[in-house]
Amino acid sequence: MEQRTTRIALGLWSALVVLFLWLPLVLIILYAFNKSNVQSWPIPAYTTHWFRAAWTSEVRTSLWLSVRVGLIATGIALVLGSAAAFGVARFRFFGREAVSFLLVLPIALPGIVTGIALNSAFVAGSINLSQWTIVVGHATFCVVVVYNNVLARLRRASPSLIEASQDLGADGWQTFRFVVWPVLSTALVAGGLLAFALSFDEVIVTTFTAGSQNTIPLLILGYIRLGQQLPVVNVIAFTMIVVTAVPVLLAQRLMRDTGVLRRTAGNVTEAVESAQITAV
Amino acid sequence: MAASLDSAQGLNRIPPGRPSRAARLRLSGLFWRHPWAKALLLLAPPLLAFVFVYLASLVALFISSFWTIDPFTSEVRHIWNVDNYRTLWQSSAYHSIALRTIGIAAAVTITDAVLAFPLGYFMARIAGGRSRAFIFVAVLLPLWSSYLIRVYIWRLILDHNGVLNWSLRKVGLPAANIGYSNWAVWLIFAYVWLPFMVLPVYGALERIPESFIEASRDLGAGGVTTFRRVILPLALPGVVAGSIFTFSLTLGDYVTPLLAGGASSQFIGNVVYDSIGSQQIPFAAAFAAVPLAVMGAYLLIARKLGAFEAL
Amino acid sequence: MTRIKRGHVLLAAMAAALCVPAAGISSGSGLPTSIGKGEGQLNLIAWEGYTQPQWVKPFEKATGCQVHAKYAGSSDEMVTLMRQGGGSQYDGVSASGDASLRLIYGHDVQAVNPNLIPDWKNFIPALKSPPHNTIKGVHYGISLQWGPNTLLYNTKDVKPAPTSWSVIYSPKYKGKITVPDNPIQIADAALYLSKSQPSLKITDPYELNPTQFNAAVKLLSQQKPLIKKYWALASDEIDLFKNGDAVVGASWPYQTNTLIAAKAPVKDLIPKEGATGWADTWMMSAHAKHPNCMYKWMAWVSTPKVQAQQAIYFGETPANPKACSIMNKLSPGSAAQYHCGASASYFRSIKFWKTPVAACGNGQNDCMDYTKWQQAWTQLKG
Repeated sequence: MEQRTTRIALGLWSALVVLFLWLPLVLIILYAFNKSNVQSWPIPAYTTHWFRAAWTSEVRTSLWLSVRVGLIATGIALVLGSAAAFGVARFRFFGREAVSFLLVLPIALPGIVTGIALNSAFVAGSINLSQWTIVVGHATFCVVVVYNNVLARLRRASPSLIEASQDLGADGWQTFRFVVWPVLSTALVAGGLLAFALSFDEVIVTTFTAGSQNTIPLLILGYIRLGQQLPVVNVIAFTMIVVTAVPVLLAQRLMRDTGVLRRTAGNVTEAVESAQITAV
Repeated sequence: MAASLDSAQGLNRIPPGRPSRAARLRLSGLFWRHPWAKALLLLAPPLLAFVFVYLASLVALFISSFWTIDPFTSEVRHIWNVDNYRTLWQSSAYHSIALRTIGIAAAVTITDAVLAFPLGYFMARIAGGRSRAFIFVAVLLPLWSSYLIRVYIWRLILDHNGVLNWSLRKVGLPAANIGYSNWAVWLIFAYVWLPFMVLPVYGALERIPESFIEASRDLGAGGVTTFRRVILPLALPGVVAGSIFTFSLTLGDYVTPLLAGGASSQFIGNVVYDSIGSQQIPFAAAFAAVPLAVMGAYLLIARKLGAFEAL
Repeated sequence: MTRIKRGHVLLAAMAAALCVPAAGISSGSGLPTSIGKGEGQLNLIAWEGYTQPQWVKPFEKATGCQVHAKYAGSSDEMVTLMRQGGGSQYDGVSASGDASLRLIYGHDVQAVNPNLIPDWKNFIPALKSPPHNTIKGVHYGISLQWGPNTLLYNTKDVKPAPTSWSVIYSPKYKGKITVPDNPIQIADAALYLSKSQPSLKITDPYELNPTQFNAAVKLLSQQKPLIKKYWALASDEIDLFKNGDAVVGASWPYQTNTLIAAKAPVKDLIPKEGATGWADTWMMSAHAKHPNCMYKWMAWVSTPKVQAQQAIYFGETPANPKACSIMNKLSPGSAAQYHCGASASYFRSIKFWKTPVAACGNGQNDCMDYTKWQQAWTQLKG
């Protein structure tokens, strides 16, 4: 137990940091009600006009495109990322470190490098930039996020659980369904949510892999450069904060459940391992 | 021992039941006996996808840095030369741009680590269940509100007549003219990447078993010593993991310097972006090799410090 | 090796051809003689403010061509975008004079038949077949509008009202000056030097020999500590002026219009040294997927009404002088404000953007080409 003063000091620090994180968001919401389309402070007058003005077909198309791209890229990431995590976690083979390193690159490298590399490849191959090139660009870093999450979970879960399941007569599918999936599911969901969030908000790689279509971030960039309807941008941000509160709460619950599951799994592992030691 | 359970009996004898189950058991058996087949099946699709899509284009980009462009039509000419690298080496402007980028990336990383560590500690070890959940959501939600808008709102806050100066003037303090400067860029980067640092730090701190702290106390260490010699080393991988995000995201960004930077705020990303815009692909590729090399070195150090276990 | 040599030959031929009629690089045969049915869609690359709903919606209704516009902030960006996807991604681009020649010689745009544009014959003579979009009688686009790069200042904070470009090069308003983040700014510096340092003998701000070029770059390096921010987006400059971070700078009339509409105390002018400017052309991609819609668009934006609407919105001058009376109807006095129907001498006083090439007009070949401009600009910004 820490000293009382330490706890108060840390609590104060945390409160200040959270305040620091949220003050700009409050301002974003305030500016969404700004009457003038040129943003300045103090806000001259308030209106709800922009909320109606924001829901144009352009915004709807971009929103739908962002959601589509996010879902497809996350789907690809879930399959490829977990497969890769399994391969790396469970097997020792030549080049394992290299593969691990390789799979971290898309997040570690600057987005602009990924962007121009893919763009040059598409230009060289005369491939038209379209929704699918955006998906390819997003899939590179989405795979990494899912891979990391699943790998971290696999490292903590014991392989003897799978052995035990098979010793008890379960085939591959049953093992997967009754042993592997419950352990992994929260990691997959958490990884998938984070991957979707990254894809939804991505702007740098998307700039280089999008054709004439706009995802929401590209649309926002367009509004910012035009400078004519800036409060619309704030309206979009406000809506996104409100709408994504639900999935985030969900994710937080899952991460919490993770802790429980982990401790349970850990206890089982410890018990099995100690049993093995005494048996030998 | 687990292995002494009769695997020969269990797996070779085809059990009664539906044919599909028997087939599945045979398949499972095959993969059990030849684990490399399983590894191959699992790793092949993602690796192939990565190799062909991503690595190949990276390699192609790097190769093009040794080529040049036709000065008028700006088409790439496949003439091998090292002019791009020579220009980078000789001109001091590119040195200062690279140093500025790396410097601010380091400053942002340190700032975020300092801000996130006490918060992570509070969340992991002091806060009760409800407060922890609340702080968790409070930290994560800003990530969903669009990076661009957050940068733009900070630009408005730090403006000459923005919220910051307005508040300072109201309390009688002189105006802080940090809008459109490297200070603004540093502040904004520290702000947008903070959640990426909090999550791994929190995860690492949460994983430290209470029994370790208790053992340290039992051995006679005070609070500070326990922190310095037990908690900090165990939490370090989390900090390093978070720093990979903050450092690399700052290193490669050009949007924040473009929107909120001043006259001397060019980052490596801006030069690369401008060069692409003016079709100087080979030069852009050459300058892009710098963050590539820096991140490569950083990742190697991070691996040594155990960051990959804590991701 | 062979490729570079051919490139140089092409450059010299172009330089010669600009002065003397010779065999064209494209015979221009195979041009359509009528506009066919619209394809239902049109993908454009445009400057901000060039595809406003005001004139796009009536166009979509009349022709059925749904317009998708991608905004670009610089000529460089436009050239890059036109080359994406093998060149078939976009149908047209509103290229300024410093991009149009690059697009023509990069084979990114195709020849068009100006006779299919009914209003083309009404255009002012200087913009019917200007050298930046017409090569040896072959038209590679239809002129759109033109305008100057102005000096914008805050009437409250800048006193007395400036009359010369020297106000952005002197330390009086240090830390409150803004200029565009565009290598072509070197020409603005050269233009100022042509009047303030006549010994340099600068006649064309886009054709600079190494001495003249270095002098311009030196002036800009001295200006750098005075600059608050190099604006890359029009909205950057609008924010800078609106929020008091900048009080004087180089600008486009678009920013002036937006700021005045937002009640900011600003004014703009063309200083006594003259100004650089831009003359825009709608060009059709060489691999356009929707050529008929593109022709319909070019015809639409050349009509007097649309020319007037766009001129007032952006603050530029129409190529079609029949728009002047409509401008005065929409916004009294706007025709004179934006020099609609201006004399040929005023037109000639604007130094329009064009791509700097190594071949100087006077037969010498040591002028700095655009790559050097780009590198110098990046390096002086630091």
